[in-house]
Amino acid sequence: MPYPELMIAPMRAEVTRLGVQELKTVDDVDAALGTAEGTTFVFVNSMCGCAAGGARPALAKALATAAVKPAKMVTVFAGQDLDATARVRSYLGEYQPSSPSAALLKNGEVVAFIHRHEIEGRSPEMIAAAIVTAFETHCA
Amino acid sequence: MVLHPGHDELHGITVLIEGASGRTYVGRWHERQERGVVMRDTTILEPGNDREAWLAKLRKFGVPPEHKSFVIPAAEFVSVGKF
Repeated sequence: MPYPELMIAPMRAEVTRLGVQELKTVDDVDAALGTAEGTTFVFVNSMCGCAAGGARPALAKALATAAVKPAKMVTVFAGQDLDATARVRSYLGEYQPSSPSAALLKNGEVVAFIHRHEIEGRSPEMIAAAIVTAFETHCA
Repeated sequence: MVLHPGHDELHGITVLIEGASGRTYVGRWHERQERGVVMRDTTILEPGNDREAWLAKLRKFGVPPEHKSFVIPAAEFVSVGKF
């Protein structure tokens, strides 16, 4: 069940203020991911303080330090924007749903994925390093 | 910001639990109760299957949330580690 938007808004803003486009509808998702060319980073945001509380600052650190970045960066809020999240997951092939998580797509294929279990208990610096590595490996 | 005050330190963490039956459980630890461990979004490997291949697939593709909420009975619980 979605949480009150008042609670969620700051968590959305923590990501969108980084220049990441938020996808709130199925049409938004199809417009962003339906074209398979180039690199797209997908950040699956989450209410969960256990892991998302580290993932969002990690994304900020990664974007501040990465020498190369994907052509497109988008985000969807799991547990909140349900249809949009389900649609995003339809683009992620065999990768299982989890949140928070992050995927890097290149020409429509998932080339890197950071699962929730790779976020839990890790510092923002460690998570940021994984994001930067994905960018540098696949976006150069 | 932590939004789950009052839970134990494994709350919300993806763990691997060994069962006395030989089953292996991977999912998110919710809490320990007298009756057992309450898990979320859990997948289970039955004994006799290729555990290493199963774990490798989970590490690459993630944990399929086959059981949204699941209790591992206290008598079944052997050990827990972070996945």
